[in-house]
Amino acid sequence: MHELSQSDIVENLFVFVLASFLGLELIRGVSRLLHTPLMSLTNAISSIAIVGSLLITGRGMSHTTTLLGALAITCSSINAIGGFMITERILRMFKRKDEGTARGGH
Amino acid sequence: MSALNAQHYVYLVGAALFVLSIKWMGQVRTSRKGNWAGSLAMVLAVAGTLLPGHYGLSAYGWIVGAVLIGAVIGIPMALIMPMTAVPQRTALSHAFGGLAAGLVGTAEYLEFAPNIPRFVMGALAAEMLLGYLTFTGSLLAFAKLQEIVSTKPIIYPGRNAVSMGTLIVAIVSAIYMTINPGHEVALYVLMAASLGFGLFLVMPIGGADMPTVIAILNSYAGLSAAAMGFVLNNKLLIIAGALDGSSGLILSIIMCKAMNRSFANVLFGGMGQTIAKAGDAGPAREVKAYTVEDAVTMLEDARLVIVVPGYGMAVAQAQHAVKELATVLMARGCDVKFAIHPVAGRMPGHMNVLLAEADVSYDQLLELEHVNPLFPEADMAIVLGANDVVNPAARTKVDSPLYGMPILDVDKARSVMVIKRSMNTGFAGIDNDLFYLDNTMMVFGDAKKVMTEIVADFKRINA
Repeated sequence: MHELSQSDIVENLFVFVLASFLGLELIRGVSRLLHTPLMSLTNAISSIAIVGSLLITGRGMSHTTTLLGALAITCSSINAIGGFMITERILRMFKRKDEGTARGGH
Repeated sequence: MSALNAQHYVYLVGAALFVLSIKWMGQVRTSRKGNWAGSLAMVLAVAGTLLPGHYGLSAYGWIVGAVLIGAVIGIPMALIMPMTAVPQRTALSHAFGGLAAGLVGTAEYLEFAPNIPRFVMGALAAEMLLGYLTFTGSLLAFAKLQEIVSTKPIIYPGRNAVSMGTLIVAIVSAIYMTINPGHEVALYVLMAASLGFGLFLVMPIGGADMPTVIAILNSYAGLSAAAMGFVLNNKLLIIAGALDGSSGLILSIIMCKAMNRSFANVLFGGMGQTIAKAGDAGPAREVKAYTVEDAVTMLEDARLVIVVPGYGMAVAQAQHAVKELATVLMARGCDVKFAIHPVAGRMPGHMNVLLAEADVSYDQLLELEHVNPLFPEADMAIVLGANDVVNPAARTKVDSPLYGMPILDVDKARSVMVIKRSMNTGFAGIDNDLFYLDNTMMVFGDAKKVMTEIVADFKRINA
């Protein structure tokens, strides 16, 4: 595994800290009405772990790790596909008498 | 443009879309756009990773096969699952997310040890610790929510020492691995201790504390993805993971505040096991039991009715019947509002989803701060399967475990109708003074059945 340079490490830490603060600000702005779909959305987003799973499996370095990676891909894709679909299903239900269904684009 | 550069730009767009996705989720109007942005970002993340040239991936057969299996499991789960099962589905998907992160960490370690630089090894150990504890913790949370195991807290003497000890073993082995990446035995100790700690963490958690714990596990799943980003030197993973981590953190803070409790108290307090102690204080008091006919009479002239739903509404699947009652009352010129306590139900926002499913307009759903000033003007507050969140002891009784918790002030309404199956105490095992007030009428029965009967009576009157 290649060594990360000091500047890579620091850059990544910067990104992590800034993204966390951005996340805290954005989440604070989410209406309580939407906390359940928010959670199912962030849950779907956490299946970003699929990137790591793809790398492990795709490299195919050994049977064991390919298998572990494939299992991880399955877990992540259940979350990604199912997660966005269930969020859509939940959001479609939020209606207001005068507005009709919550719409995607305006 | 080389493949490497193309991948950077694809990831950059993906990261921006993840941020927008959370931002758009803030309002109902833009929320669906947010979900689509998130889905697109995920597609870009996968596409960017599979771009030929950069990582030089092969074994596409395995990849396609694994994604297909995921789709076959994930799609039916998303389509068929009833809305009342959203909390358990969320817990289950946290478990999948944690497992994926853990497995990737283990595979990375097996492929590269002992040639792993120290910083990367530290991140790898953190990824595995968080991933595996999220896996077992969420799996147990799922089992509790699905009532495969008892929802009561599992309490035994010395449990805090056992769980803390397990956590310390996990952390020590993580540190040891970071210093000596060559010792494979530390990997297995770390895995076992993290898996064990997940179970110990959730065992003492009772049903009503689930919203907080699910939020915490959500946060851990995100943080393990961010740790994976440090391992892979991939900023997209770091950003997506950090967004999730902060989301879970904020939600769990909101839940704790709504119960006036600290994290530590939720995680280690084992609330809900003191039923006997709270029960024998004071002489037995009498409540006034009423029939459905009495309830209808009381509701006939009401101008403003506020419904307070709780987990009992979800259990009885009463949301559609409540909506029908609201429709009938509104047809008579009565205003109907729903008061949503932040911790009502088994996950953040649970009640909102159920009422939305029943077609209740979301401008009728009011948060605690907005609805409390309305109670003094309400002719009737209907408490439907909620208990601790309407207990006035939270305001008045300094020695009550609920003291200080922000509650819905239903007792200030002109009259209160409590629909309950029996006189059992709430989750916290605390008697509720509300039931004994002069302006309170108790209607015993299944929430859905009582609602349906009231609606039927009204329809007879209106006809």
